[in-house]
Amino acid sequence: MEIYCNDEHRLIRSTVREFAEKEIKPIAAELDESEEFSIELTRKMGEIGLFGMVVDPEFGGHGFDVLSYIIAVEELARVDSSQAATVAAHNSLGIGPINEYGTEEQKKKYLPDLCTGEALWGFGLTEPDAGSDSRGTKTKAVLDKGEWVINGSKIFITNAATEITLGSTVQAITGDKDGKKEYSTILLEQNVSGFKAIPMHRKMMWRSSNTAELFFDDCRVPESNLLGKLGEGSKIMLSTLDSGRLSIAAMGLGLAQGAFEMALQYANERKQFGKPIAKFQAIAFKLVDMATKIELARNLLYKACWLKETKQPYAKEAAMSKLYCSEIAKEVADEAVQIHGGYGLMKDYDIERFYRDQRLLQIGEGTSEIQRLVISRYIGC
Amino acid sequence: MKILVCISNVPDTTTKIKLVNNNSGYDKTGVQWIINPWDELALTRALLLKEEQGSPITEISVINVGTKDTEPTLRKALAVGADDAIRVDAEAKDAYYVAAQIAEVVKNNGYDIVLCGIESSDYNGSAVGGMLSELLDVPSVSSVSGLFIEDGKVKLNREIDGGTQVLATETPFVAIVQKGIALDPRIPAMRGIMMARKKPLVVLPPADIEALTEYIDYEMPQAKSACKMIDEDNAGDMIRLLHEEAKAI
Repeated sequence: MEIYCNDEHRLIRSTVREFAEKEIKPIAAELDESEEFSIELTRKMGEIGLFGMVVDPEFGGHGFDVLSYIIAVEELARVDSSQAATVAAHNSLGIGPINEYGTEEQKKKYLPDLCTGEALWGFGLTEPDAGSDSRGTKTKAVLDKGEWVINGSKIFITNAATEITLGSTVQAITGDKDGKKEYSTILLEQNVSGFKAIPMHRKMMWRSSNTAELFFDDCRVPESNLLGKLGEGSKIMLSTLDSGRLSIAAMGLGLAQGAFEMALQYANERKQFGKPIAKFQAIAFKLVDMATKIELARNLLYKACWLKETKQPYAKEAAMSKLYCSEIAKEVADEAVQIHGGYGLMKDYDIERFYRDQRLLQIGEGTSEIQRLVISRYIGC
Repeated sequence: MKILVCISNVPDTTTKIKLVNNNSGYDKTGVQWIINPWDELALTRALLLKEEQGSPITEISVINVGTKDTEPTLRKALAVGADDAIRVDAEAKDAYYVAAQIAEVVKNNGYDIVLCGIESSDYNGSAVGGMLSELLDVPSVSSVSGLFIEDGKVKLNREIDGGTQVLATETPFVAIVQKGIALDPRIPAMRGIMMARKKPLVVLPPADIEALTEYIDYEMPQAKSACKMIDEDNAGDMIRLLHEEAKAI
């Protein structure tokens, strides 16, 4: 990755790797088993600066480029997807829209706290009847006496119901224009009357990240909480998702890297028929395919980051990266379990958790099918 | 009070070494370089001392004798918290060469405390610290596992058989530190990495010094032979293997 990475990127990689190995790895399986979101770990991730990495230092961020942030997410996912999810969702979906579309006042009010790890912010888009088709959104916001009155619900919202969640950005219908629904995004703080955020449990994966259902019952927020312009909701949502796709891709890449390393180590240690199983072509070729896919995935994702950083169109490459990285995460984790044999099915081995964690990646922030739909529009179909 | 921490740029401890050029060197392709673990602990201790309330430490510098390739390692030391870095632009030829180069810099800059790791994890020479103090004609304390400043006086702990020796010394001096000087090396924060961009990294030409030794040949240690596990109920098998295979009895 020499063409995309400089010394500082390499230092960020080694730093986050060291942190993840030391602080996350020893407790990841336990947090997964108990389905516990760790405030302490979130705070530690904040202390080393994993929140607000691309935000301007003026607003409490660190002013790094996109690739630095993507490398950080990749390194977290190499060890544990749940913590990577907390960081990726908060940066891309929580902080991202406020940083991109917030007024000076909104940025000053929210970003400094959100960049510390002491407070989290959600992004409320998905609803029970609005998944791939966001036009199914039912949540409405109506202006009344200088306040937005919000009614509706959201589902599968990351970081939205922790003890340190400060609020969420909510997409809602704010009117009709030429027979089409008009969407806007509104900032809603956690303590607003009529608002409930309920954590969702019994998840298959990302069990120590926080996922919530949100309910709005005549929630009133000031008119000035509108994020961006009135009717810009779809634009904000789409650009947030373009950017968010890079971090989900990074999660796929990191998970694949971690699964590959586990499989390689196991294959070199496990002996059958008198020699390490890595010495059998049947296993060696699996590892070769894994390494090749990871190399390709990294090239594609880093190129997409470079396009974004250099202000070139990157939506196609972001969708391709999300699609490819999440699909190879599935393939690599699957083969890594295969190499582990029966042990790979036991919770004593981290690969069991990786196998479960990868499954979200082909669904969240746009399914693989939706990514293909997005890409098809760019390639002239 | 100024502290200088000597930083050795070493391959990550998990690196698989492959010898090249008739075993006179090793292949550096793909090697991940790190701060020598003992030097990293020394730097961490220096930073903790500086952060103490009312600390007399005003400046922490790091130094390395090496080519431009070692700069990422120095940059990491800056990200961790060192105030400035010095690189003496030369290949580190041997321990004397490195010690003599550092001695020149110390003479010109007047550091009060110079910290060296007890050894580097690549060559394990354990020589630079002692040579450096001799060249500077200042006291040196080896195997230091504790460094404290109380009422402006420096106290050092040394681990000795059956206990700990406590020493006091005047500055300037060289402390050769070992494990225990700090619990864990400090991981840089993202803010530190960003700030490191602007911290000075001064490159100095090497002094005219000749190395005293030359590396001629390396040998890889013999591969460990496989370990045979014998069930506790089969002591007879063990005796047979010791007799027939290991020929130990």
